Amino acid sequence: MENFFTRYKNPLALMAVLFIQVVALATQVKRPEGAKPGSTGSGTRLIRVWTVTAFTPVEKVFVSTGRFFRNGWHNYADLRSARQQNKELQDEVARLQMEQVRLKQDADQARRLQVLLDFKEKFIAKTLAAQVIAFSGTEQSRLITIDKGSNDHIKTDMAVITPDGIVGKVKDVFKLSSQVLLINDHDSGAGVILENSRLQGIVKGTPLGELQINDIMSDEKVEPGEHVITSGGDRIYPKGYSVGTVITSTPDHENDPFLIIKIKPAADLNRLEEVLVITDMGDNSRSASNGPEPMRAADILSQRLPSVPKVDPNAPKTPGGTGVPAAKASPTPAKGNPLSAGTEQKPAISSGQTKPMAIGTPAATSTANKTVEAKKPPSGGQPTATPANATGAAATPAKPKPAPKKAVTPAVTPDSTQPSAAPTATPKPTPKKAVTPAVTPDSKQPSAAPTATPKPTSTPTANQPATQPGNQERPPR
Amino acid sequence: MNSSVSLTSREEIEVHRFSWPVSIGIPLLAIFLQVFLSQSLMKVLDLPLLVTIFFAVARRRPIPGMITGALIGTLQDAWTGHPIGLFGIAKTIVGYLGSSLGVKVDVDNPGSRFLMTFAFVLIHRFVYMAISLQLVGGSEAWIWSHTLLSALVNGLAAVVLFAGLDKFKLRN
Repeated sequence: MENFFTRYKNPLALMAVLFIQVVALATQVKRPEGAKPGSTGSGTRLIRVWTVTAFTPVEKVFVSTGRFFRNGWHNYADLRSARQQNKELQDEVARLQMEQVRLKQDADQARRLQVLLDFKEKFIAKTLAAQVIAFSGTEQSRLITIDKGSNDHIKTDMAVITPDGIVGKVKDVFKLSSQVLLINDHDSGAGVILENSRLQGIVKGTPLGELQINDIMSDEKVEPGEHVITSGGDRIYPKGYSVGTVITSTPDHENDPFLIIKIKPAADLNRLEEVLVITDMGDNSRSASNGPEPMRAADILSQRLPSVPKVDPNAPKTPGGTGVPAAKASPTPAKGNPLSAGTEQKPAISSGQTKPMAIGTPAATSTANKTVEAKKPPSGGQPTATPANATGAAATPAKPKPAPKKAVTPAVTPDSTQPSAAPTATPKPTPKKAVTPAVTPDSKQPSAAPTATPKPTSTPTANQPATQPGNQERPPR
Repeated sequence: MNSSVSLTSREEIEVHRFSWPVSIGIPLLAIFLQVFLSQSLMKVLDLPLLVTIFFAVARRRPIPGMITGALIGTLQDAWTGHPIGLFGIAKTIVGYLGSSLGVKVDVDNPGSRFLMTFAFVLIHRFVYMAISLQLVGGSEAWIWSHTLLSALVNGLAAVVLFAGLDKFKLRN
């Protein structure tokens, strides 16, 4: 027996070492009940903590030193072209500021609509910049190590992005560093949407480090170059963030009814230096509720579309006129509303401004300009009805003010996005004319001008075609 | 008369020793560079594997060789997202085979070093794949072109690297 051990000492030692490692491996692979899929057992292996913790300071020193010298050189190089860049950037800022105004309006509207739909969407509320200090060093695992850890409030499953697109999610967190599983690792996955076709799928990494979508039916048409964005369904990545673009779309012969869609990542996963960790995800519904008051869809539409006065069935009709004695006002008239100002009214002349429009009243669409006349209320202190404000905000009941004796002829253009033809709708002093304020489509709301007793003396101006009877019955534009 | 077949001269089967700083520092440096350098370069180059092979064939003792491989592999595992032990087991086997081979074959010749490393890269890859697929349930794919390219690059790198590391040998 002794000879046996002596003779086969080396193979026995090999088997013993292998056995120990296999047992250690088995303890990691055996997942406890309730453990998350993809996790390697309960918690992080101690050897992993030790190794990463020991190497992290050294890595940080090397990265910082290299960055110091590199930045020094780049700073010198950048200074040489700073003047030209500055000019270009100023132009860019000016352009973006104009674009921001437009986007803000769209965003406000989207938020209001989300409130209406009780739509809850996550968005990026807070990010933390981190430096990549290490890679996995092997193609079998696509993992990076960043220099932020639990001391910086990093937690597992936090999304990691760059300005170009998503990068991955935090897998393991140590005190000074964290490991991030890249989206092209074959253990990764993210819910995505193809931007044009709106097809939803799951993008996964392959052993070769490519991104693929395998769960879209082959009868769908997916064009190369189509942009792929996150769907937000995985509750890790924020919705709408760039994932990449479609490279190829071929039928999967092994998995017949499906396609193999290869994606080129938007972020350069092989040259990551700095990333952003999303440490806090906001809720759009919350922010929306803090913003403007919830509005009904009809109100919002009324702001986005040109309006036409609504016929009050109780009001006496004026032949050839709009015959709108009392208009329903939007709940919150904006400041500077021409009719509520109490002074000489001027038409709203603003490209892109929104004006209310009664749904199903194509009269406004068929007329280049439509004037709405206002008249001093008989009581002299009654609130006047208000057309939509220039900013498209909902109107509030106007304060009782002495109405001017001059008629008001605000321009109502059929297309609020086009430059208004309002210059032709010059306010015409038509004293003692009937009050014909604009009307919102919501007839159920309390009228802001209940006492604005109409006098059916509305006379169409040259720019005001007569409202045809039955216009309200026409189908909406 | 000694009947065992050996392809080495007496000098070639000399067991080399290394100082403690070198024995510890070189493997750590290899792991550090592996995770620190550009990811695209490290897709094919495996510095910890080369160091494992070098120490194994230089010491020509199976047990130290496989322990060296086990430690280097385990430390390398810590940087991956896989369960710890995949690289450890693969490099343990490579370390054992390398030290066993060093007794039989001339491993100081550049040509033999290239062929030896080429073969060990394939073995390392095969063992890793087998463990990953059979024990861990991974989804690794054996890609011949990439594996052969990796073996070729590592074999060429080994010729250069081993020549440099030879200077750290302590000769009796």
